[in-house]
Amino acid sequence: MRQGSSGPALEFKPQIVAFCCTYCAYSAADLAGSMRLNYSPYVRIIKLPCTGKVDPLFILKAFEKGADGAFVAGCLEGSCHFVNGNINARKRVGYTKGLLQDVGINPERLEMFNLSSSMGRRFAEICDLMTDKIRALGRLKIHEIETIEAASG
Amino acid sequence: MKVGSNLEKVLADGHFAVTAELGPPQSADGDLIRSKTKHFRGFVDAVNITDNQTAIVRMSSIATAAILATEGLESVIQVTCRDRNRIAIQSDLLGAAALGIRNVLCLSGDHQSFGNHQGSKNVYDIDSIQLISIVRSMRDEARFASGDEIKVPPSMFIGAVANPFADPFEFRVIRLAKKVAAGADFIQTQAVFDVPRFQEYMGMVRDRGLDQKVAILAGIIPVRSVKALAYMKSEVAGMSVPDGLIQRMASAAAPKAEGIKITVELIEQVRQIPGVRGVHLMPVMWESSIPTVCEDAGLLPRPAPAGLSSVPEATRASATTPENLSIPTS
Amino acid sequence: MIIAEQKPFQSIVENLAGYNRVLILGCGTCVTVCMAGGEKEVAVLAEQIRLYQRELPEEDRYQIVEATIERQCDREFFAPVEELIKDSDCVLSMACGVGVQHISEHFTDKIVIPALDTKFFGATEEPGTWVERCAGCGSCILDLTGGICPVARCSKSLFNGPCGGSQEGACEISRDVECAWQLIYDRLKTLGRLDSLEKMIEIKDWTTARDGGPRKVVREDVKA
Repeated sequence: MRQGSSGPALEFKPQIVAFCCTYCAYSAADLAGSMRLNYSPYVRIIKLPCTGKVDPLFILKAFEKGADGAFVAGCLEGSCHFVNGNINARKRVGYTKGLLQDVGINPERLEMFNLSSSMGRRFAEICDLMTDKIRALGRLKIHEIETIEAASG
Repeated sequence: MKVGSNLEKVLADGHFAVTAELGPPQSADGDLIRSKTKHFRGFVDAVNITDNQTAIVRMSSIATAAILATEGLESVIQVTCRDRNRIAIQSDLLGAAALGIRNVLCLSGDHQSFGNHQGSKNVYDIDSIQLISIVRSMRDEARFASGDEIKVPPSMFIGAVANPFADPFEFRVIRLAKKVAAGADFIQTQAVFDVPRFQEYMGMVRDRGLDQKVAILAGIIPVRSVKALAYMKSEVAGMSVPDGLIQRMASAAAPKAEGIKITVELIEQVRQIPGVRGVHLMPVMWESSIPTVCEDAGLLPRPAPAGLSSVPEATRASATTPENLSIPTS
Repeated sequence: MIIAEQKPFQSIVENLAGYNRVLILGCGTCVTVCMAGGEKEVAVLAEQIRLYQRELPEEDRYQIVEATIERQCDREFFAPVEELIKDSDCVLSMACGVGVQHISEHFTDKIVIPALDTKFFGATEEPGTWVERCAGCGSCILDLTGGICPVARCSKSLFNGPCGGSQEGACEISRDVECAWQLIYDRLKTLGRLDSLEKMIEIKDWTTARDGGPRKVVREDVKA
């Protein structure tokens, strides 16, 4: 288990939004907390009753409002509390990747994960995985422009 | 005798007819056509000229037939419904008749998505059965589809196609009956490889008495390679190819010779079926096989050709009839 | 209903370059059902454009306004958005070709551009799949063919039975396309009306179709 993303001070602090379902992903996140696991501090969690509630619009707005990356985390396939909400979510995530690609945003900045409520370590792992990926991809260009404009303005 | 074409005469005299197909070139090369006549002259009763087959642009059927007429060969022009509306088709038929062409095969035509101009507009103003009825009323009633009178009507021996191997199987004979009712004089079928199924089909044809009303020529494709045969089996809609034949071609030491052998066997088999009045050879890119096939299948000699000089009075009225073309008389 | 599909994103934004205020106008009827231009699709497209614009220099960005009305093919629904239309210099209509034109006809000084490609008259086979059913030929013969249209559903619009390319219920152009005449045959068989196929269906008079020129339907008894 890695020591979290607190290596040498990096200027880029990735902003990652996680859409988590109550029954599995959020519970796993809670568990990671109570297990005192050390993981990336850059993930902000949005709690939903089910990932089936995720709308492409939420994801697009997250990117618009400052996210560099996003992920959707739901129950393991076959174990969704609402039967197939997570299946629908996966299809929508796929569709949204296309929408992001249309506007020049790397679709890899968005991912879908499945885990169960007992998988605290896995949740932490996912957060680190996404953080590393987004760090490698860098700040989202549209946010970069604004930072530069703000700095020079 | 309705028209007096060679094909009609051969059938009327009770001979087993032989027709074969020639695909025009994808160019303006008339000499290429002339160079192929040696594969047909004396071996067949009439030559079918395809009409932009598989929706690939080729020299027009009528133009090719006109060239063949100068070489003393009788043609069956093919007319599809895909590229022309009723105005153009009737116009073409007037011209064809004036050029001495006396047999026409009416087809729906392969969809343009198969060809090299896939974005083209799909006409299908009329379908093949309606086309047959138009040709018949032009010939027998001297009327256009509009009802207007035709002073010198085109005299055409009318052909249609039948596919005993397409679905729905039970419906195929109903469709044949409709074509006969619309005016078809002769039928050329899709290639027969599956003889039992063809026999079944012919049984249904006889049950309806259609064999008495129309002359059916069984389609035969001489096959030169296992690749060609396998392609037909898997890629061509509406064909039935028994696996046994594929195996024979695959294991043959000399594929072309085996292909000829299979072709001859098929001809002999279909000839035994009551109601089959001839064969229609479709040697895809292998016209040179025609002489050997006809020889080995015992189809030679062909009855002496009727010749274009026996054009009925009606179509000789104008000055643009065959007297202007040099044709050997029989 | 009329089935349409959204144009590729790039081709939509290419057409929006140079405007200051773009109204994305959705339609609540057909294109909502086929999920191409309803309120939801307006919102998603607007969001995409906002994201896309962030990479453009400030002066190339335009304001985006969203609205959806019941139908764009009926003038009576325009009132609520008249002001919005007037205040925009470009209306990106997410309606079918009819809606785009109807808006354009009534706001003649506005640039109205289509966000969709209108495809055909069709029905919902299942959510997410819409299929072509009617060709608008103007003289319906569905009574003769067991309720299945050969003009729209046969690739060659044949009127008298399948061509030689029909195999196992599929059209020769693709295994994914059903042979309409196989369907007609099966349906008439179920209905015990196969005998109706023995008679030739007569040559079509295409003047009632688009071939005869743009068409109009009038009910004198209803006109003002």
